[in-house]
Amino acid sequence: MLVHTALNRAEQVARHWTAAGCPVVIHVDRNVPRRVYNRFTSSVADNRMIRFSERHRCEWGTWGIVAASQSASELMLESFPDVSHVYLASGSCLPLRPVQELIDYLAARPRTDFIESATTADVPWTVGGLDSERFTLRFPFSWKKNRYLFDKYVDLQRRVGFKRKIPSGLVPHMGSQWWCLTRQTLSAILQDPERETYDRYFRKVWIPDESYYQTLARQYSTNIESRSLTLSKFDFQGKPHIFYDDHLQLLRRSDCFVARKIWPRAERLYQAFLADGAGAMNKTEPNPGKIDRIFAKAVERRTRGRPGLYMQSRYPNAGWENGLTSNPYSVFQGFSELFENFEPWLAKATGARVHGHIFAPDRVEFSGGQTLINGALCDSAAKRDYAPEAFLTSLIWNTRGERQCFQFGPGDNQDINWFIARDPNAQISVISGTWAVPLFRSNRNFADLRKEAAELQRIESSHLDVLRSTHTKARIRIWTMAEFVEAPMEPIQTIIDEIGPPGQRHLAEAPTMANLEGFGQFLQNLKNQGMHPYLMGDFPVEQGPVKMPKPTRKPYLVR
Amino acid sequence: MGVWQSYRLRIQRKRWRIRAFRKRRELHPVANRTAQILANDIIVFCTQRNERTRLPFFLNYYRDMGVGHFVFVDNDSTDGSLDYLSGQPDVSVWHTRASYKRSRFGVDWLNWLQRKYADGHWCLVVDPDEFLVYPFCDTRPLQALTDWLDASSIKSFSAMLLDMYPKGRLDAQPYEEGRDPIEIACWFDSGNYTLKKNKKFGNLWIQGGPRSRVFFRDMPAKAPALNKIPLVKWDKKYTYVSSTHMLLPRGLNQVFDEWGGEKASGVLLHAKFLDTFSAKAKEELERKQHYSASVEYRAYAESLKDDPELWCKWSEKYINWRQLEILGLMSKGNWA
Repeated sequence: MLVHTALNRAEQVARHWTAAGCPVVIHVDRNVPRRVYNRFTSSVADNRMIRFSERHRCEWGTWGIVAASQSASELMLESFPDVSHVYLASGSCLPLRPVQELIDYLAARPRTDFIESATTADVPWTVGGLDSERFTLRFPFSWKKNRYLFDKYVDLQRRVGFKRKIPSGLVPHMGSQWWCLTRQTLSAILQDPERETYDRYFRKVWIPDESYYQTLARQYSTNIESRSLTLSKFDFQGKPHIFYDDHLQLLRRSDCFVARKIWPRAERLYQAFLADGAGAMNKTEPNPGKIDRIFAKAVERRTRGRPGLYMQSRYPNAGWENGLTSNPYSVFQGFSELFENFEPWLAKATGARVHGHIFAPDRVEFSGGQTLINGALCDSAAKRDYAPEAFLTSLIWNTRGERQCFQFGPGDNQDINWFIARDPNAQISVISGTWAVPLFRSNRNFADLRKEAAELQRIESSHLDVLRSTHTKARIRIWTMAEFVEAPMEPIQTIIDEIGPPGQRHLAEAPTMANLEGFGQFLQNLKNQGMHPYLMGDFPVEQGPVKMPKPTRKPYLVR
Repeated sequence: MGVWQSYRLRIQRKRWRIRAFRKRRELHPVANRTAQILANDIIVFCTQRNERTRLPFFLNYYRDMGVGHFVFVDNDSTDGSLDYLSGQPDVSVWHTRASYKRSRFGVDWLNWLQRKYADGHWCLVVDPDEFLVYPFCDTRPLQALTDWLDASSIKSFSAMLLDMYPKGRLDAQPYEEGRDPIEIACWFDSGNYTLKKNKKFGNLWIQGGPRSRVFFRDMPAKAPALNKIPLVKWDKKYTYVSSTHMLLPRGLNQVFDEWGGEKASGVLLHAKFLDTFSAKAKEELERKQHYSASVEYRAYAESLKDDPELWCKWSEKYINWRQLEILGLMSKGNWA
C-alpha cells in the first residue's frame, strides 16, 4: 500500500485487510515528515501483520513510485511466505466487497496475473501526446515543477532525433498502475539477473509506474488477464476521478473489489464498506459499466460541452462551438410578404412555433404577440440589438424540444446574417424581391417608394451574397419571386417535409397568396424611374391573376 | 498578450495592492479571532452595512457548507450588526466609518484583509445576500469542491450572480430573521443572459436577468454585471479589481473553456429583492456610495415608484442545483 496523505484512512483500510488475514506492507512517501511518519508507525505497532518498507521520494511520473513498490514487494514476499498474490493499492483505495470474496476469487485463479497491459500503439489512453515516446526519450526534468524545461527538452530531443535503445527482448506495454500479481511472476521480476539493466532503463522512462510491471510481466507470466481489479477512472487530464458519499449505491452495484480514489472525508463510504460484511458470499464478476458511463459523460461535458450553450464556464472561440445553436430552426424570408396568412398557416401545417420578424427594428415579434417568451427573454429591440447572437442562441436554447420558425427580411437587423449563415442548424428559405409587395400595396408617394425599394434591394442583395458565400453552412434555398410564383406548392412542400417528422402527410391546405394584379406594372414604373428591381426575377408587365393550385384530395369511394 | 500589456497589468495589480495597504488604516479591529484559523480552513470575506436580520441565516448557511472562519468589514452599521458579529465564535470583524465608494466598494478593505489572512487558503468573497450553490452542494461539503479544484490545479471558481425575486409585490412577504430568503425570493430568469469577453482582463462580462429585463429594458449596456469569481485559492499577491467580477493576475479570470467544453461552475443566488429592498434602495440613493454614480439605484428608484413585479409567466421556480445545471446556468464540468 503506497500512502502519502490521509494516513488515518490508510490505517483504517490496512486494519481492514489484516482483519481478514491479509498482511499489509505500507510504503510511506519520504516527503511525509518524520514526525508524522513516526506517529503513524507507532499507532499501528500493535498489528503484527502491518509492516513498513524502506521509504522513497515519490513524485508523480517518476521512478520513485516504482522503487517504492519494489521495496514493498520484496518485503512482502520475504516476510510472509504464505502470500500467493500481491495486490498493489494506494492509501485512497477502498475495498468494496468483503475481503474474503477477493481471497476466494484469487484462490480460484492461482496462476492468473491481473495487470492491465497493452502495447502503446494500440491504446489512445495517454494524455499530452507522449505514448511511444515515453520509452524512447529521456525525462530528467520534473513535469510538475519544471514544466517549461520538460517541454523544451522533449522538443529538443524530437528535433535532434534522439532515441533511446529499449533493452533487447522488451516490448513496451502500458496500463493501470494498480495490479495484482502472483508470487511467481512478481518474484521473477524482482529476482531477474537482468533487473539492474531494466531498472536503469525504466528509471528514465516517463511515468514508469504505468509501464515497468506491465512490460516485465509480459516476460514471465504464463497467464495475464489484462485488466485491473481496482476500479479507477481517469479524466481527460489523466488524473483519477474521486468518489464521494453520494457514489455509495453506484459503488455497491459495481461489484468491483477495490475502488480508487476515495475522498478521505467520505465518511459514509468508509463506514459502509469497512463494516463487517463477511456474511454474503457473492461470486459475481466486477461490473463497472454504469460508473464508466457516468465518468465518460463527465469527460464529454468537460471536453465537448452542450452544443449551443453559452454560459459563464463555456464560451467557445469562433469555430470551436460544436454547433452554434442547440437545435434546428427555420428562417423564412419573403414568405409572409407573398402570402397573406403565412404564419398561422405554417404553424398549423408543421406544429412548430412560428414567430414574426424577430429582428424587426421596433420590437421582437414573438409568436402570438407575446412580450416575453421562454427563459424570460423579452421583446425589447434595444436588448436584442445589444447582443443579437446571444438573443438568437438563447431563444433556440430556451425552447429546446420545440421547432422555432421566424420571418426575416431586408427591413430587419442584418447583424445576425453571418451567424445564421454559418449555422448548420439553420434552414433558410428565401424568396428574393418580395419586399416590393408591401411597397406595391402601400399608399405612399412614389418618390419615397423608389428610395426605399433601392435601399431594400441593396440590403437583400448583400444578404444573398452572404448566403451564397463558401463559408456558409446553413441549409439554404433561394428562389426569385417570379420563379416561386410560377409553381409555389412544390418548394413549400419540400420545406415542410424537412421541418416535420418523417412520414408527414400531404398538405391539406395551401396558404393564400397576396393579390399581385398590377404588380408587373409597379415594377415597370420603378424601372421607368431609373431604379431597376432585379431580385424578383422577370415579371411580365401584364400578368394574369396567379392561381394557387388546390391540393389534390385523397380519392375516396362511395359505395 | 504582449509583454507591454502584461507589464501594465502587473503595474496595475501593484497599484491595487498599494491602495489596499493604504486603506488598512481605515479598518479598526473589533474582534480579531484569526489566530483560530486552521491550515485547511475555507474563509468567507464579507463587507456589510445594516444587514442584522440577514446575518444569522447567512452565517449558518456557510457554516453548514463547511466554512471554517468569517472575516467581516462592518461599514458603520447602526442596527447592532457589529455587536452581533463580534459575539460570534468563528467571526473576526473590523469596523470602519470611511467611505464605501472610496474604498472601491469595499474591495480595497477586503484585498488588505485577504492579503493578511487568506494567503494559502481557499477564500470565498460574498455579500450577505449572496448564497453559493455549486455542483453536488446537496451531498458534498465545500471542502470536497476545493480539494477537487486543488487536485485539478484550478485556482479560481466561477459562480454567476443569479437574481432571485418573489412572486407578486416585493413587500408582500416580510423577511424574518433566521429564515431562508430563497423561500420567499424563489424565482429567477433562466435564459436571457448576454456574455461578452473582456479582452483586457480575460474575463467574461455577463448581463441580463430580471434587473436588465425590468429596470434596464432600453439601456441594456448599463445593466449590472453578473459574472463573479468568488472562490479563489488565495495568494497574497492576488487582488480583486472590481468587486469580485475580476482579478489580477488575469490568469485567474480564465474560468471558462474556449474550446467547446464546459468547466465546472456554480451560482450565487442573489436574494436582494426582498421587502427590505425599497428602503435599502432609497437609503443607498441618498448615500450615493454605489457604482457609477449609483445609476443602478437611480433606475430602481424610478421603477419602484410604480411597484413593478419582477415575476413573469416565464419565471422559473428554484428547486436545486441540478435544475440550474440542466438550464445551463452552471455546470458540473468533469466533476462527477
